[in-house]
Amino acid sequence: MTLGLLSQYVFNGLMLGMIYAMVAVGFTLFFGVLDVIKFSHGDVLMVGAFTGLATYLGLQALGVDSPLVQLLVMTVVAALAMGLLGALIAKYLVLPLRLAPPLNTLLITLMLGSVLREAVRLFYPQGSNPKPFPRLLPADFVSFGAFTLRADSMILLLAGLAAIVAVHLLITRTKLGLAIRAVAQDAETARIMGINFEFIVLLTFAIGSGMAALGGLMNGLYYNEINFGMGLLLGVIGFSAAVIGGLGNIYGAILGGFLFSALQSIGAVALPALFPGTSTAYKDVFAFAVVIIFMAWRPTGLIAEKKSERV
Amino acid sequence: MNLKRSAIVSILGLTLAAAAGMASAKQTVKLVFIGPLTGGVSANGIGGRNSADLAVRLRNQDPKAKYSYELVSYDDECKPNIAVQVATKAAADNSIIAGVTHYCSVTAVATVDTYHKFGLPVVVWGAVLPSITYANKFPEIHRVNGTMINQNDVAAKFMTGLKFKRWVVIHDTTDYGKGHNQYFSEYLKKYGGNIVGTFGVTADQQDFTTELTKAKELKPDVIYFGGLTPLGVRIRSQMEKLGINAVFEGTSGIKSDAFIEGLGNKLAEGSLSFIEGAPWEKLPGGLYFTGKYAQQKYNEAPEAYGPFAFAAANLIMDAIEKVGPNRKKVTAELGNVKDRDSIIGKVTFDDHGQNIVPLITKYVVQDGKWVVWEDSEYGSGKRKLKGQ
Repeated sequence: MTLGLLSQYVFNGLMLGMIYAMVAVGFTLFFGVLDVIKFSHGDVLMVGAFTGLATYLGLQALGVDSPLVQLLVMTVVAALAMGLLGALIAKYLVLPLRLAPPLNTLLITLMLGSVLREAVRLFYPQGSNPKPFPRLLPADFVSFGAFTLRADSMILLLAGLAAIVAVHLLITRTKLGLAIRAVAQDAETARIMGINFEFIVLLTFAIGSGMAALGGLMNGLYYNEINFGMGLLLGVIGFSAAVIGGLGNIYGAILGGFLFSALQSIGAVALPALFPGTSTAYKDVFAFAVVIIFMAWRPTGLIAEKKSERV
Repeated sequence: MNLKRSAIVSILGLTLAAAAGMASAKQTVKLVFIGPLTGGVSANGIGGRNSADLAVRLRNQDPKAKYSYELVSYDDECKPNIAVQVATKAAADNSIIAGVTHYCSVTAVATVDTYHKFGLPVVVWGAVLPSITYANKFPEIHRVNGTMINQNDVAAKFMTGLKFKRWVVIHDTTDYGKGHNQYFSEYLKKYGGNIVGTFGVTADQQDFTTELTKAKELKPDVIYFGGLTPLGVRIRSQMEKLGINAVFEGTSGIKSDAFIEGLGNKLAEGSLSFIEGAPWEKLPGGLYFTGKYAQQKYNEAPEAYGPFAFAAANLIMDAIEKVGPNRKKVTAELGNVKDRDSIIGKVTFDDHGQNIVPLITKYVVQDGKWVVWEDSEYGSGKRKLKGQ
């Protein structure tokens, strides 16, 4: 394997890992603050991508054709809309079930995911077909032998990193973050200390869902194609990534995201090389099998949640 | 006053009821349509449903028809387990006389036993796996479209004729994709092409960069894809991302407007597909079909296999008109179909119920449309495929 080829694999893996990490961070935030698993997260990501696309089409119709302006407006609209959606989900579906068994939350959000998915399929015009996502980033590229480095992929990678760092800073360095951490640690005490519990929960769900919207846009800009089913597998993978990393820990989620994409790449490259005749379709089998082994080895994840430092 | 008004209303109501009674004096016969109405390939399923529905509506407008028809449609979600459920539901319902069934090969092959067991005559309208008709000799099973054997024979011969040498094959790992891989590889070898790599991928995969990075290293002239539209769109789009400069050759599975819409005209340009049947756009019946389809104002396009669903529904209704609404008689009557004119060309069922369509039509995307190869600027030599 040449160096160029290897770099290409690594870069593909990084890009994929970044998208997974963004989904995983959402799962980890929700779990951290409320100990719930919100399974509609992947579908929120998909709705975010479609919101971005609809905004783009709207801007086109209004005659705005600067890619930069389009991109900024799309990002803002999608992130705000999904933030709002996330907060609504928290207020009307998750919080009322706070005292019910966790299984109920899991089920209700799983069903909500199906509702979102089918709603986009039915109500977005021709929603059952794959949709082209606009190319708004510069498509310049440099080739080093077998390695093609594209400007747009590079920008997306940096943007994803920036988003994750921003969330991290928000949680560790601001007063708001302190409140989120306080709620995560002990909701009752936080309430006694004068923190508006419901507001903080809604805000956390908004932040996580806004991240999902960014992930959806990244996905669209990277693959230039979105479809109503894209959130399903991304949700499962993002969740697995958050679990391997250690649910409730942001670093763990990031680590888990990159680890999962690395496992998939290794599965796709190494399996057929080791066992000739195996198809690359087994890469997911391989990756998920390793996740199972990880879970047996470290049930609390790679970076185990410390009770005092949740979120 | 009130009494008078209500009297008028009741008289009006009675008249209407009488009129309706007269209109439905014909016996109503139920047909079933089964296809993927939700999920990734639902564009094709809904196109087929609309087309079968169109055939039924047109027949109901025909004053000479002996029966009035009603189309019941079920969703098989392109999943074998769901397909068996709905097939059983339809077959167990004695009021349903025959069916226009399945776009996905995996569902069509899973349900043949069910139809046979219950004695429900069906005409498959879109699935191309050979074993649907050829694995058994069930009199109930018929198919208007051809199999992937003919399709890949023509595809391999045609592409080697264009002097391409090296292929990478990507296929989904369902029976459908595996079948395409098998037959294409066989025929390509026969015609002297060289397959340098084969990749099986799952049917709902999103990211193909790893497979394509590997494929790029193998320097293919052509990437052959055996699978359906959603995956086709993703693979073609990601080929561009990785700077792979090869022709994208698909199968009948990507011949849909959704493929071009999903990629945009520029990326779709020069993609190839092969599909059984005459180029129906050119047949007089085809124009009739598109005209009537447009009149009904369906929200979705008929897609590639809509005409087949239309033809299948018509064959069934022809049989019912002739022998009456009886499953056994309809089965026997469908077995006799020979040289029957339809919008997809002549239809003849062999002893397995398979339509023997000698013709495969080659399509290429040109300026955002699927154009018959011979009529395209690629066919005339004005434009060139990549690497030609």
